[in-house]
Amino acid sequence: MRVPPFERFYEAHRSEVFAFLRRRVGEGAADDAFQETFLRALRGYGGLQHGNHLRAWIYTIASRVTVDEWRRRREPVLEPEPVALDGRPAYAELEHLASGLPPTERAAVVLRYGYDLDYADIGAALGSSAEAARQAASSGVRRLRRKELP
Amino acid sequence: MTVSPELDARFRAAAASQGLLDASYDLFDSPIGPLFAAATPRGLCRISFDPEPEREEERLARGFGLRVLRSPRALDAARRELDDYFDGRRQQFDLPLDLRVLAPFHRAVLDRLAQVPYGRLTTYGTLAASAGRPRAARAVGTIMNRNPIPIVLPCHRVVGSTGKLVGYGGGLHRKQHLLELEGAIAGVATPLPGLDSPHEP
Repeated sequence: MRVPPFERFYEAHRSEVFAFLRRRVGEGAADDAFQETFLRALRGYGGLQHGNHLRAWIYTIASRVTVDEWRRRREPVLEPEPVALDGRPAYAELEHLASGLPPTERAAVVLRYGYDLDYADIGAALGSSAEAARQAASSGVRRLRRKELP
Repeated sequence: MTVSPELDARFRAAAASQGLLDASYDLFDSPIGPLFAAATPRGLCRISFDPEPEREEERLARGFGLRVLRSPRALDAARRELDDYFDGRRQQFDLPLDLRVLAPFHRAVLDRLAQVPYGRLTTYGTLAASAGRPRAARAVGTIMNRNPIPIVLPCHRVVGSTGKLVGYGGGLHRKQHLLELEGAIAGVATPLPGLDSPHEP
């Protein structure tokens, strides 16, 4: 699928992304998170190769913004963030590990285990049902296990 | 859940002010009907009549890049100058233009066109000759018909060799209106036809 002009993409997703952000960071922080999400999307938009999975893509960005917001809110850090060996946060590491998966499974795995979204939200992000999202995530995890444990 | 108009406007303004857009556009009213205007960071790149925003967005994306967004603030200067022009307070536009997607001869003709003064007429043949191709009057006619930035690039000032208005991408009634506004032709008794007839700029 072709990548549409940004205006079309923004019009199509802004309401549901805003609703998602309000659920995740609360009413007070939702406006800033919304602006940050779509500004980040704009920064990456010119480099997109195709328009498949744009919805999962914007949810992934929105999820990353919510993680940043939670981190920002936290009082002086009492326990260390779970970080991977190369110093990247766990969700970034998961995105890297899952990069070989088919796109839907990859998005489901990253949104479930990297961002802790529930299956209803992941289903919304992927344009499918919660059950289909659960199946995509578990199929992705099985595939990753097979790769890791020959 | 709907995004408030304030938040929507704030995002659109931030996108433009942070230089993240390949092209911004807006729609505004004018005495000759609604106008669509678009600009890249280099300058104004498009004005069209009877706007169909989705088609224009596709056109902008093909010419300049996918990051196309309606962002009124980015078009503030253009809106102001056009308002002044329609109110008779401005005879010349000072807006930078972005014509990079056009072929060289096309651009050369539009450069010459930009020099035709307010309220004056020229002909397709004269314009062709001044761009270095005296026999290209017909090609110049096509270029005028496809003028990406009408009004600012004044193709309405170009008429046939007999002085007839001949044609206008935005419809002859608009050409007539602009020339009357500039005092280049006398007003005629017939009223302007409705502005809702479909015309390609």
